[in-house]
Amino acid sequence: MSFFSWAWDWLIQRSNWTGQGSIPQQIVAHLGYSSLPLLIAAVIAIPAGVAIGHTGRGSALVINIANAWRAIPTLGLLVLLAVLLGFSALTWLLPLVALAIPPILVNSYEGVAGVDPGVRDAARGMGMTTWQQVVRVEMPVALPLILVGLRTSAVFVVATATIAADIGLGGLGRFIIDGLASGQYGPVAGGALLVVMLAVLVLILFAVLSWLLVPAGLRTRREN
Amino acid sequence: MWSWIPGNGSLIWQLTQENIYLGVVPALYGLVISLPLGILAARWRWFYPPVLTLTSILYAVPSLALFIALIPSLGLTNTNVVVALTVYSVCVIFPNVVAGLRSVPDDVRQAATAMGYRPLRRLVTVELPLATPVIIGGLRVGVVSSISLASVGQLIGVSSLGYLFVDGEQRSFPTEIYVGLVLVIALALACDMVLVAVRRAVTPWMSERKGPAAGGAAPAGAPELAGSTAVSS
Repeated sequence: MSFFSWAWDWLIQRSNWTGQGSIPQQIVAHLGYSSLPLLIAAVIAIPAGVAIGHTGRGSALVINIANAWRAIPTLGLLVLLAVLLGFSALTWLLPLVALAIPPILVNSYEGVAGVDPGVRDAARGMGMTTWQQVVRVEMPVALPLILVGLRTSAVFVVATATIAADIGLGGLGRFIIDGLASGQYGPVAGGALLVVMLAVLVLILFAVLSWLLVPAGLRTRREN
Repeated sequence: MWSWIPGNGSLIWQLTQENIYLGVVPALYGLVISLPLGILAARWRWFYPPVLTLTSILYAVPSLALFIALIPSLGLTNTNVVVALTVYSVCVIFPNVVAGLRSVPDDVRQAATAMGYRPLRRLVTVELPLATPVIIGGLRVGVVSSISLASVGQLIGVSSLGYLFVDGEQRSFPTEIYVGLVLVIALALACDMVLVAVRRAVTPWMSERKGPAAGGAAPAGAPELAGSTAVSS
Protein backbone atom coordinates (compact mmCIF):
# COMPACT_ATOMS: atom_id res chain seq x y z
CA MET A 1 0.00 0.00 0.00
CA SER A 2 1.30 3.40 -0.84
CA PHE A 3 0.69 6.70 0.86
CA PHE A 4 -1.76 7.80 -1.80
CA SER A 5 -3.82 4.61 -1.79
CA TRP A 6 -4.12 4.79 2.00
CA ALA A 7 -5.20 8.40 1.71
CA TRP A 8 -7.54 7.73 -1.19
CA ASP A 9 -9.31 4.79 0.43
CA TRP A 10 -9.93 6.88 3.50
CA LEU A 11 -10.98 9.99 1.60
CA ILE A 12 -13.62 8.20 -0.49
CA GLN A 13 -15.38 6.70 2.50
CA ARG A 14 -18.65 8.57 2.73
CA SER A 15 -18.90 8.20 6.51
CA ASN A 16 -15.78 10.34 6.93
CA TRP A 17 -17.52 13.29 5.35
CA THR A 18 -20.46 13.60 7.75
CA GLY A 19 -21.09 13.95 11.45
CA GLN A 20 -18.98 15.04 14.38
CA GLY A 21 -15.29 15.45 13.52
CA SER A 22 -15.89 14.92 9.81
CA ILE A 23 -13.43 16.01 7.15
CA PRO A 24 -15.26 19.25 6.23
CA GLN A 25 -15.59 20.16 9.90
CA GLN A 26 -11.90 19.67 10.55
CA ILE A 27 -10.92 21.61 7.44
CA VAL A 28 -13.00 24.57 8.63
CA ALA A 29 -11.57 24.19 12.15
CA HIS A 30 -8.03 24.08 10.78
CA LEU A 31 -8.65 27.25 8.76
CA GLY A 32 -9.98 28.96 11.87
CA TYR A 33 -7.10 27.84 14.08
CA SER A 34 -4.70 29.11 11.42
CA SER A 35 -6.25 32.43 10.44
CA LEU A 36 -6.86 33.79 13.93
CA PRO A 37 -3.20 33.66 15.07
CA LEU A 38 -2.09 34.93 11.65
CA LEU A 39 -4.44 37.90 11.95
CA ILE A 40 -3.28 38.73 15.48
CA ALA A 41 0.36 38.39 14.46
CA ALA A 42 -0.17 40.66 11.44
CA VAL A 43 -1.85 43.34 13.52
CA ILE A 44 1.15 43.34 15.87
CA ALA A 45 4.03 42.71 13.48
CA ILE A 46 3.25 44.84 10.42
CA PRO A 47 3.04 48.18 12.28
CA ALA A 48 6.05 47.26 14.41
CA GLY A 49 8.16 46.19 11.43
CA VAL A 50 7.18 49.24 9.40
CA ALA A 51 7.97 51.57 12.31
CA ILE A 52 11.37 49.96 12.87
CA GLY A 53 12.12 50.01 9.15
CA HIS A 54 11.17 53.68 8.88
CA THR A 55 13.08 54.91 11.92
CA GLY A 56 15.92 52.38 11.85
CA ARG A 57 15.61 52.08 15.63
CA GLY A 58 15.60 48.51 16.91
CA SER A 59 16.88 46.94 13.69
CA ALA A 60 19.47 44.86 15.55
CA LEU A 61 16.65 43.35 17.60
CA VAL A 62 14.73 42.39 14.47
CA ILE A 63 17.76 40.70 12.91
CA ASN A 64 18.35 38.71 16.09
CA ILE A 65 14.72 37.61 16.18
CA ALA A 66 15.03 36.57 12.53
CA ASN A 67 17.97 34.35 13.34
CA ALA A 68 16.60 32.90 16.56
CA TRP A 69 13.03 32.01 15.74
CA ARG A 70 13.89 29.03 13.57
CA ALA A 71 15.69 27.41 16.46
CA ILE A 72 12.56 27.23 18.61
CA PRO A 73 10.95 23.78 18.54
CA THR A 74 7.22 24.44 18.30
CA LEU A 75 6.27 21.04 19.64
CA GLY A 76 8.21 21.80 22.83
CA LEU A 77 6.55 25.18 23.22
CA LEU A 78 3.09 23.67 22.73
CA VAL A 79 3.52 20.83 25.22
CA LEU A 80 5.11 23.15 27.77
CA LEU A 81 2.12 25.48 27.72
CA ALA A 82 -0.26 22.53 27.74
CA VAL A 83 1.40 21.13 30.86
CA LEU A 84 1.67 24.50 32.61
CA LEU A 85 -1.75 25.94 31.73
CA GLY A 86 -3.85 22.93 30.84
CA PHE A 87 -5.62 23.00 27.49
CA SER A 88 -7.19 26.37 26.78
CA ALA A 89 -7.38 28.86 23.93
CA LEU A 90 -4.21 30.48 25.25
CA THR A 91 -2.33 27.19 25.08
CA TRP A 92 -2.41 26.97 21.32
CA LEU A 93 -2.98 30.62 20.44
CA LEU A 94 0.08 31.95 22.27
CA PRO A 95 2.72 29.77 20.54
CA LEU A 96 1.08 30.16 17.14
CA VAL A 97 0.98 33.95 17.43
CA ALA A 98 4.50 34.10 18.82
CA LEU A 99 5.84 31.98 15.99
CA ALA A 100 3.89 33.82 13.28
CA ILE A 101 5.24 37.23 14.31
CA PRO A 102 8.93 36.98 13.27
CA PRO A 103 8.53 36.42 9.51
CA ILE A 104 5.99 39.23 9.22
CA LEU A 105 8.04 41.54 11.44
CA VAL A 106 11.31 40.88 9.63
CA ASN A 107 9.87 41.21 6.14
CA SER A 108 7.93 44.39 6.96
CA TYR A 109 11.10 45.80 8.43
CA GLU A 110 13.25 44.79 5.47
CA GLY A 111 10.69 45.98 2.97
CA VAL A 112 10.48 49.46 4.46
CA ALA A 113 14.17 49.74 5.34
CA GLY A 114 15.03 48.75 1.78
CA VAL A 115 13.01 51.50 0.11
CA ASP A 116 15.20 53.40 -2.34
CA PRO A 117 16.43 56.57 -0.56
CA GLY A 118 15.71 58.50 -3.76
CA VAL A 119 12.06 57.47 -3.58
CA ARG A 120 11.96 58.49 0.07
CA ASP A 121 13.48 61.89 -0.73
CA ALA A 122 11.06 62.42 -3.57
CA ALA A 123 8.13 61.76 -1.25
CA ARG A 124 9.47 64.27 1.26
CA GLY A 125 10.24 66.76 -1.50
CA MET A 126 6.63 66.57 -2.66
CA GLY A 127 5.65 67.86 0.76
CA MET A 128 4.27 64.62 2.19
CA THR A 129 3.97 64.35 5.94
CA THR A 130 5.78 61.48 7.68
CA TRP A 131 2.51 59.56 7.88
CA GLN A 132 1.87 60.04 4.16
CA GLN A 133 5.40 58.97 3.31
CA VAL A 134 4.98 55.75 5.29
CA VAL A 135 1.45 54.86 4.22
CA ARG A 136 1.43 56.07 0.62
CA VAL A 137 5.01 55.42 -0.45
CA GLU A 138 7.02 53.14 1.81
CA MET A 139 4.34 50.56 2.59
CA PRO A 140 3.22 50.08 -1.02
CA VAL A 141 6.85 49.67 -2.08
CA ALA A 142 7.37 47.20 0.77
CA LEU A 143 4.14 45.33 0.04
CA PRO A 144 5.69 42.45 -1.96
CA LEU A 145 7.97 41.62 0.94
CA ILE A 146 5.26 42.08 3.55
CA LEU A 147 3.16 39.58 1.61
CA VAL A 148 6.07 37.12 1.52
CA GLY A 149 6.26 37.47 5.30
CA LEU A 150 2.54 36.86 5.68
CA ARG A 151 2.73 33.85 3.35
CA THR A 152 5.64 32.39 5.27
CA SER A 153 3.81 32.79 8.56
CA ALA A 154 0.61 31.38 7.11
CA VAL A 155 2.38 28.25 5.85
CA PHE A 156 4.11 27.95 9.20
CA VAL A 157 0.89 28.33 11.18
CA VAL A 158 -0.92 25.71 9.08
CA ALA A 159 1.91 23.27 9.82
CA THR A 160 2.08 24.06 13.51
CA ALA A 161 -1.69 23.87 13.94
CA THR A 162 -1.32 20.29 12.67
CA ILE A 163 1.21 19.49 15.36
CA ALA A 164 -1.02 21.18 17.95
CA ALA A 165 -3.41 18.25 17.62
CA ASP A 166 -0.90 16.52 19.88
CA ILE A 167 -2.05 18.72 22.77
CA GLY A 168 -5.72 18.31 21.87
CA LEU A 169 -6.43 20.98 19.29
CA GLY A 170 -8.98 20.11 16.60
CA GLY A 171 -8.33 20.47 12.89
CA LEU A 172 -6.71 18.17 10.37
CA GLY A 173 -3.95 17.18 12.78
CA ARG A 174 -6.60 15.24 14.73
CA PHE A 175 -6.80 12.62 11.97
CA ILE A 176 -3.03 12.25 12.00
CA ILE A 177 -2.46 12.13 15.75
CA ASP A 178 -5.47 9.89 16.48
CA GLY A 179 -4.62 7.64 13.54
CA LEU A 180 -1.02 7.26 14.70
CA ALA A 181 -2.21 6.48 18.22
CA SER A 182 -4.57 3.73 17.00
CA GLY A 183 -2.32 2.46 14.21
CA GLN A 184 -4.76 3.34 11.43
CA TYR A 185 -2.85 4.71 8.49
CA GLY A 186 -5.93 5.68 6.45
CA PRO A 187 -6.74 8.82 8.45
CA VAL A 188 -3.02 9.47 8.99
CA ALA A 189 -2.29 9.55 5.27
CA GLY A 190 -5.59 11.23 4.39
CA GLY A 191 -5.08 13.92 7.04
CA ALA A 192 -1.52 14.50 5.88
CA LEU A 193 -2.64 14.82 2.26
CA LEU A 194 -5.34 17.32 3.22
CA VAL A 195 -2.81 19.37 5.21
CA VAL A 196 -0.49 19.47 2.22
CA MET A 197 -3.36 20.57 -0.01
CA LEU A 198 -4.25 23.29 2.49
CA ALA A 199 -0.64 24.52 2.55
CA VAL A 200 -0.48 24.61 -1.25
CA LEU A 201 -3.80 26.46 -1.25
CA VAL A 202 -2.22 29.06 1.03
CA LEU A 203 0.64 29.49 -1.44
CA ILE A 204 -1.82 29.93 -4.31
CA LEU A 205 -3.90 32.37 -2.28
CA PHE A 206 -0.87 34.54 -1.64
CA ALA A 207 0.26 34.35 -5.25
CA VAL A 208 -3.18 35.67 -6.24
CA LEU A 209 -3.12 38.29 -3.48
CA SER A 210 0.24 39.66 -4.53
CA TRP A 211 -0.89 39.71 -8.15
CA LEU A 212 -3.97 41.71 -7.14
CA LEU A 213 -2.41 44.04 -4.59
CA VAL A 214 1.10 44.78 -5.75
CA PRO A 215 1.22 47.90 -7.94
CA ALA A 216 2.09 47.02 -11.54
CA GLY A 217 5.23 49.15 -11.45
CA LEU A 218 6.73 47.00 -8.70
CA ARG A 219 5.76 43.64 -10.08
CA THR A 220 8.63 43.07 -12.45
CA ARG A 221 11.23 43.94 -9.86
CA ARG A 222 10.03 41.64 -7.16
CA GLU A 223 8.29 38.58 -8.28
CA ASN A 224 8.88 36.36 -5.34
CA MET B 1 12.03 18.49 40.38
CA TRP B 2 15.48 19.33 39.06
CA SER B 3 17.01 16.14 40.46
CA TRP B 4 15.47 14.51 37.40
CA ILE B 5 18.32 15.91 35.30
CA PRO B 6 21.34 14.23 36.94
CA GLY B 7 19.36 11.02 37.29
CA ASN B 8 18.75 10.91 33.54
CA GLY B 9 22.08 12.14 32.27
CA SER B 10 22.71 9.22 29.97
CA LEU B 11 19.23 9.40 28.44
CA ILE B 12 19.61 13.14 27.82
CA TRP B 13 23.05 12.62 26.30
CA GLN B 14 21.79 9.89 24.00
CA LEU B 15 18.84 11.99 22.83
CA THR B 16 21.16 14.94 22.27
CA GLN B 17 23.40 12.83 20.06
CA GLU B 18 20.43 11.58 18.09
CA ASN B 19 19.20 15.14 17.66
CA ILE B 20 22.60 16.31 16.43
CA TYR B 21 22.62 13.51 13.87
CA LEU B 22 19.09 14.34 12.67
CA GLY B 23 20.01 18.02 12.38
CA VAL B 24 23.47 18.01 10.88
CA VAL B 25 23.27 15.11 8.41
CA PRO B 26 20.23 16.45 6.48
CA ALA B 27 21.79 19.90 6.22
CA LEU B 28 24.98 18.41 4.77
CA TYR B 29 23.02 16.24 2.32
CA GLY B 30 21.04 19.36 1.47
CA LEU B 31 24.25 21.20 0.66
CA VAL B 32 25.53 18.36 -1.49
CA ILE B 33 22.30 18.31 -3.49
CA SER B 34 21.92 22.10 -3.67
CA LEU B 35 25.39 22.81 -5.05
CA PRO B 36 24.99 21.13 -8.45
CA LEU B 37 21.34 22.22 -8.69
CA GLY B 38 22.29 25.80 -7.87
CA ILE B 39 25.22 25.81 -10.28
CA LEU B 40 22.93 24.65 -13.07
CA ALA B 41 20.29 27.22 -12.15
CA ALA B 42 22.85 30.01 -12.08
CA ARG B 43 24.10 28.95 -15.52
CA TRP B 44 20.77 28.36 -17.24
CA ARG B 45 18.33 31.07 -16.25
CA TRP B 46 15.29 29.07 -17.39
CA PHE B 47 16.13 26.31 -14.94
CA TYR B 48 15.76 28.50 -11.85
CA PRO B 49 12.05 29.48 -11.75
CA PRO B 50 10.63 25.94 -12.04
CA VAL B 51 13.01 24.54 -9.42
CA LEU B 52 12.32 27.50 -7.12
CA THR B 53 8.57 26.94 -7.49
CA LEU B 54 9.00 23.26 -6.69
CA THR B 55 11.13 23.96 -3.61
CA SER B 56 8.66 26.61 -2.40
CA ILE B 57 5.84 24.09 -2.63
CA LEU B 58 7.87 21.37 -0.91
CA TYR B 59 8.85 23.80 1.80
CA ALA B 60 5.20 24.52 2.48
CA VAL B 61 4.53 20.83 3.18
CA PRO B 62 4.21 20.50 6.97
CA SER B 63 6.94 18.32 8.44
CA LEU B 64 4.54 15.92 10.11
CA ALA B 65 2.77 15.36 6.77
CA LEU B 66 6.07 14.80 4.99
CA PHE B 67 7.23 12.24 7.57
CA ILE B 68 3.97 10.40 7.10
CA ALA B 69 4.14 10.53 3.30
CA LEU B 70 7.52 8.79 3.56
CA ILE B 71 6.32 6.02 5.90
CA PRO B 72 5.27 3.56 3.15
CA SER B 73 8.72 3.68 1.55
CA LEU B 74 10.96 4.34 4.55
CA GLY B 75 8.95 3.25 7.58
CA LEU B 76 9.20 4.77 11.03
CA THR B 77 12.96 5.13 10.83
CA ASN B 78 15.74 7.65 11.19
CA THR B 79 16.10 7.58 7.42
CA ASN B 80 12.56 8.85 7.08
CA VAL B 81 13.30 11.96 9.14
CA VAL B 82 16.71 12.46 7.51
CA VAL B 83 15.18 12.35 4.02
CA ALA B 84 12.37 14.75 4.96
CA LEU B 85 14.72 17.23 6.60
CA THR B 86 17.08 16.96 3.63
CA VAL B 87 14.21 18.08 1.41
CA TYR B 88 13.68 21.17 3.58
CA SER B 89 17.41 21.86 3.64
CA VAL B 90 17.56 21.82 -0.16
CA CYS B 91 14.66 24.28 -0.17
CA VAL B 92 16.59 26.80 1.91
CA ILE B 93 20.13 26.20 0.60
CA PHE B 94 19.41 26.01 -3.13
CA PRO B 95 18.18 29.64 -3.53
CA ASN B 96 21.25 30.84 -1.65
CA VAL B 97 23.62 28.91 -3.94
CA VAL B 98 22.00 30.59 -6.94
CA ALA B 99 22.01 34.04 -5.34
CA GLY B 100 25.60 33.60 -4.19
CA LEU B 101 26.79 32.67 -7.66
CA ARG B 102 24.78 35.48 -9.24
CA SER B 103 26.27 37.97 -6.80
CA VAL B 104 29.74 37.41 -8.24
CA PRO B 105 30.52 40.67 -10.07
CA ASP B 106 30.75 40.40 -13.84
CA ASP B 107 34.15 42.06 -14.01
CA VAL B 108 35.55 39.47 -11.63
CA ARG B 109 34.26 36.73 -13.91
CA GLN B 110 35.70 38.47 -16.96
CA ALA B 111 39.04 39.00 -15.24
CA ALA B 112 39.25 35.29 -14.49
CA THR B 113 38.37 34.47 -18.08
CA ALA B 114 40.99 36.93 -19.32
CA MET B 115 43.57 35.24 -17.11
CA GLY B 116 42.88 32.06 -19.03
CA TYR B 117 40.58 30.28 -16.56
CA ARG B 118 38.35 27.76 -18.20
CA PRO B 119 34.71 27.67 -16.96
CA LEU B 120 35.16 24.75 -14.56
CA ARG B 121 38.29 26.15 -12.95
CA ARG B 122 36.72 29.61 -12.80
CA LEU B 123 33.69 28.13 -11.07
CA VAL B 124 35.69 26.18 -8.50
CA THR B 125 38.45 28.67 -7.73
CA VAL B 126 36.72 32.02 -8.22
CA GLU B 127 32.93 31.92 -8.27
CA LEU B 128 32.20 29.32 -5.57
CA PRO B 129 34.63 30.88 -3.06
CA LEU B 130 33.03 34.29 -3.60
CA ALA B 131 29.58 32.74 -3.20
CA THR B 132 30.57 30.90 -0.02
CA PRO B 133 29.27 33.44 2.53
CA VAL B 134 25.80 33.42 0.98
CA ILE B 135 25.84 29.61 0.63
CA ILE B 136 26.84 29.22 4.27
CA GLY B 137 24.02 31.60 5.14
CA GLY B 138 21.64 29.05 3.64
CA LEU B 139 23.40 26.17 5.33
CA ARG B 140 22.96 27.90 8.70
CA VAL B 141 19.22 28.10 8.15
CA GLY B 142 19.21 24.44 7.08
CA VAL B 143 21.02 23.21 10.18
CA VAL B 144 19.11 25.34 12.66
CA SER B 145 15.69 24.40 11.30
CA SER B 146 16.62 20.71 10.94
CA ILE B 147 17.70 20.52 14.57
CA SER B 148 14.48 22.14 15.68
CA LEU B 149 12.23 20.17 13.31
CA ALA B 150 13.81 16.84 14.22
CA SER B 151 11.81 16.92 17.45
CA VAL B 152 8.58 16.61 15.46
CA GLY B 153 9.86 13.23 14.26
CA GLN B 154 9.14 11.99 17.77
CA LEU B 155 5.44 12.02 16.87
CA ILE B 156 6.10 9.16 14.43
CA GLY B 157 8.38 7.56 17.00
CA VAL B 158 11.80 8.62 15.71
CA SER B 159 13.88 9.39 18.74
CA SER B 160 15.39 12.84 19.36
CA LEU B 161 15.18 15.48 22.06
CA GLY B 162 11.53 15.57 21.05
CA TYR B 163 11.20 12.50 23.30
CA LEU B 164 11.49 14.86 26.26
CA PHE B 165 8.53 16.85 24.94
CA VAL B 166 6.27 13.86 24.36
CA ASP B 167 7.27 12.09 27.57
CA GLY B 168 7.11 15.31 29.59
CA GLU B 169 3.63 15.93 28.26
CA GLN B 170 2.40 12.44 29.11
CA ARG B 171 3.79 12.70 32.64
CA SER B 172 2.80 16.39 33.04
CA PHE B 173 6.37 17.03 34.02
CA PRO B 174 7.53 20.51 32.96
CA THR B 175 11.17 20.02 33.96
CA GLU B 176 11.65 17.48 31.23
CA ILE B 177 10.11 19.84 28.65
CA TYR B 178 12.29 22.74 29.80
CA VAL B 179 15.38 20.57 29.42
CA GLY B 180 14.32 19.62 25.90
CA LEU B 181 13.59 23.21 24.88
CA VAL B 182 16.85 24.54 26.26
CA LEU B 183 18.91 21.77 24.67
CA VAL B 184 17.29 22.06 21.23
CA ILE B 185 17.78 25.83 21.15
CA ALA B 186 21.32 25.59 22.54
CA LEU B 187 22.20 22.89 20.01
CA ALA B 188 20.81 24.96 17.13
CA LEU B 189 22.67 28.08 18.22
CA ALA B 190 25.89 26.12 18.76
CA CYS B 191 25.75 24.69 15.23
CA ASP B 192 24.99 28.15 13.93
CA MET B 193 28.05 29.55 15.69
CA VAL B 194 30.23 26.77 14.33
CA LEU B 195 29.13 27.67 10.80
CA VAL B 196 29.80 31.36 11.41
CA ALA B 197 33.30 30.38 12.53
CA VAL B 198 33.71 28.21 9.44
CA ARG B 199 32.67 31.10 7.23
CA ARG B 200 35.18 33.39 8.90
CA ALA B 201 37.90 30.81 8.44
CA VAL B 202 37.20 30.15 4.76
CA THR B 203 36.48 33.73 3.70
CA PRO B 204 39.21 35.74 5.46
CA TRP B 205 38.86 38.54 2.90
CA MET B 206 35.40 39.48 4.15
CA SER B 207 35.23 42.40 6.51
CA GLU B 208 33.24 41.44 9.59
CA ARG B 209 30.65 44.16 9.28
CA LYS B 210 29.52 42.85 5.94
CA GLY B 211 29.06 39.31 7.22
CA PRO B 212 25.62 38.20 6.17
CA ALA B 213 23.03 37.16 8.68
CA ALA B 214 21.71 33.62 8.40
CA GLY B 215 19.55 33.36 5.34
CA GLY B 216 19.48 37.11 5.08
CA ALA B 217 22.59 37.37 3.05
CA ALA B 218 20.77 39.63 0.64
CA PRO B 219 23.17 41.17 -1.79
CA ALA B 220 21.42 44.17 -3.30
CA GLY B 221 19.02 43.20 -6.02
CA ALA B 222 18.29 39.71 -4.80
CA PRO B 223 14.78 40.04 -3.39
CA GLU B 224 14.30 36.29 -3.18
CA LEU B 225 16.81 36.34 -0.35
CA ALA B 226 15.04 39.01 1.56
CA GLY B 227 12.15 36.57 1.48
CA SER B 228 14.31 33.75 2.66
CA THR B 229 15.38 35.71 5.72
CA ALA B 230 12.13 34.45 7.06
CA VAL B 231 10.98 31.21 5.61
CA SER B 232 8.52 28.71 6.88
CA SER B 233 7.91 25.61 8.94
